[in-house]
Amino acid sequence: MRRTAGILLALVALTVPFWIANPYFLHVVIMAGIFGILALSLNLLLGYTGQLSLGHAAFFGIGAYTSALLTLRLEWSFWPALPAAVVAAGIAGWAIGRLALKLRGAYFVLVTISFAGVVALVSINWMELTNGPLGLPGVPAPELGSWSLRTKTAYYYLVLAGAALSYEVCRRLIHSRIGRAFVALRENEPLAESVGVDGTRYLVLAAVVSAGMAGLAGSLYAHYTRFVSPEVFLFTYTVTMVIMVVAGGKGTLAGPLVGAVLFTVLPEALRAATSWQWQMLAYGVILVVLVFFLPRGIVPTLFR
Amino acid sequence: MTLSVRDLTVRFGGIAALGGVSFDVRPGSITSLIGPNGAGKTTAFNAITGFLRPTRGLISYGGAVLSGLRPCDIARRGVVRTFQKTSVFPSLTVLENVLTGLHLRGRAAVWSALALRRSVREEEATLRSEAETIVTFVGLAHRRGEVASALPYGEQRLVELAVALAAHPSILLLDEPAAGMTGVEKDVVGRLVRTIRDQGITVLLVEHNMRVVMGLSDTVIVLNHGAVIAEGPPATVQSHPDVIRAYLGTARAES
Repeated sequence: MRRTAGILLALVALTVPFWIANPYFLHVVIMAGIFGILALSLNLLLGYTGQLSLGHAAFFGIGAYTSALLTLRLEWSFWPALPAAVVAAGIAGWAIGRLALKLRGAYFVLVTISFAGVVALVSINWMELTNGPLGLPGVPAPELGSWSLRTKTAYYYLVLAGAALSYEVCRRLIHSRIGRAFVALRENEPLAESVGVDGTRYLVLAAVVSAGMAGLAGSLYAHYTRFVSPEVFLFTYTVTMVIMVVAGGKGTLAGPLVGAVLFTVLPEALRAATSWQWQMLAYGVILVVLVFFLPRGIVPTLFR
Repeated sequence: MTLSVRDLTVRFGGIAALGGVSFDVRPGSITSLIGPNGAGKTTAFNAITGFLRPTRGLISYGGAVLSGLRPCDIARRGVVRTFQKTSVFPSLTVLENVLTGLHLRGRAAVWSALALRRSVREEEATLRSEAETIVTFVGLAHRRGEVASALPYGEQRLVELAVALAAHPSILLLDEPAAGMTGVEKDVVGRLVRTIRDQGITVLLVEHNMRVVMGLSDTVIVLNHGAVIAEGPPATVQSHPDVIRAYLGTARAES
């Protein structure tokens, strides 16, 4: 039953460009994929270890800038720039983890917020490197041999591969003793320590993987929009990720993806359905209703 | 391996919760740490297992110094504890609780888990069957799929015991394992503790219930006001004048 559903879902995902011809709709789906990776990444921390990062946009932005700068300034190809973005964001995650996860809880939240603030300021003010608020235009589209992935259809498959990879990384970690250590720390930290789980080590590990994944999303975003500006560090991105994870179902594998699709499509659907005055109001009402009636999120409520 | 505590002192501000306590826990024994409320029993547990940094003193196990290590490193050396207040992984099932307790038994590192290597899958199967064995041992096989927080109190305490056993202790520190249990449940715990000892695991017990303590222990250590006032076999300790005074008070103290 689960297997059939999985195969069916994979088939749908693989054929999306064939039944969505409208490029605008396809654009929405691609953005949903990028946000899906971000939501998976945040969920690893928030859903499994229970630590809330409110500076996740920083890792996303670091990935986007790393990839954009390497391809623009050093004329790297996209393919080495992508893993470099993952590594750069992962290193940032390690530093923040080492710094903040000794304290955990509210302190971690505060450190991540300030970290995002600092990185955003650097991106605005370090004109020589980042071109400041003007941003970096002309980020090249990825190329595969002589084939450019600048069409939406080709890029869709690239994002799909990134999302599938992220999902698989989460799944394998969660179903191993490493994921059990994450959950143990969320559930009862003293008990986890008393049976030999090294709390700090596993929280830092979760932060590194999570940040690296956000960096992957950042790189995919940069080469899709072909433009990176300090806007990638906006707090709104982090809030959107949190909404996706919480509404979809934190601590589940599918929840963040469901949340990402829903909350990427919803604003666009509302834009089409109502005038701008009502958009945000309707968005807010839907969010409140969701949290009120499905406090544990969509996936845990529907599939348990 | 002997757990040895020397001159253990723990101060909270000006108050000495433990003032220079020394005792040994003989390997293969069931040793009980008793004493009135506030005598420092749980403090001693916390200091031994690294949850509390002692002000002074030395704790060693089999010659290796434990004081100053983190709880997870102490667990790695085979010293595992349970908690006075019920402490399980609340939203996990009984089997998942035990599986989580088996953390140190697994070897899989990040890369092998990501590559889903065969060794990892085999290890996972081994861990699962080991978890089943432990769940059955504490008598919760029929509850294995239930969420721990939904179990009645007595069974949650058994889950806690199973999680601790999963960490493969060579010495197990139990903090009031039978507190708040019914008579029947107390007997079950008593039998389990004896079986655990018979399997070669040393047991250090904090317990209030005298019936459990006297029936189970090889050695009893009595703490009062942060100091050891008596030590020996249950019968000797029971008739020790200082112990009687600590528990019942003297005519003068009562008046």
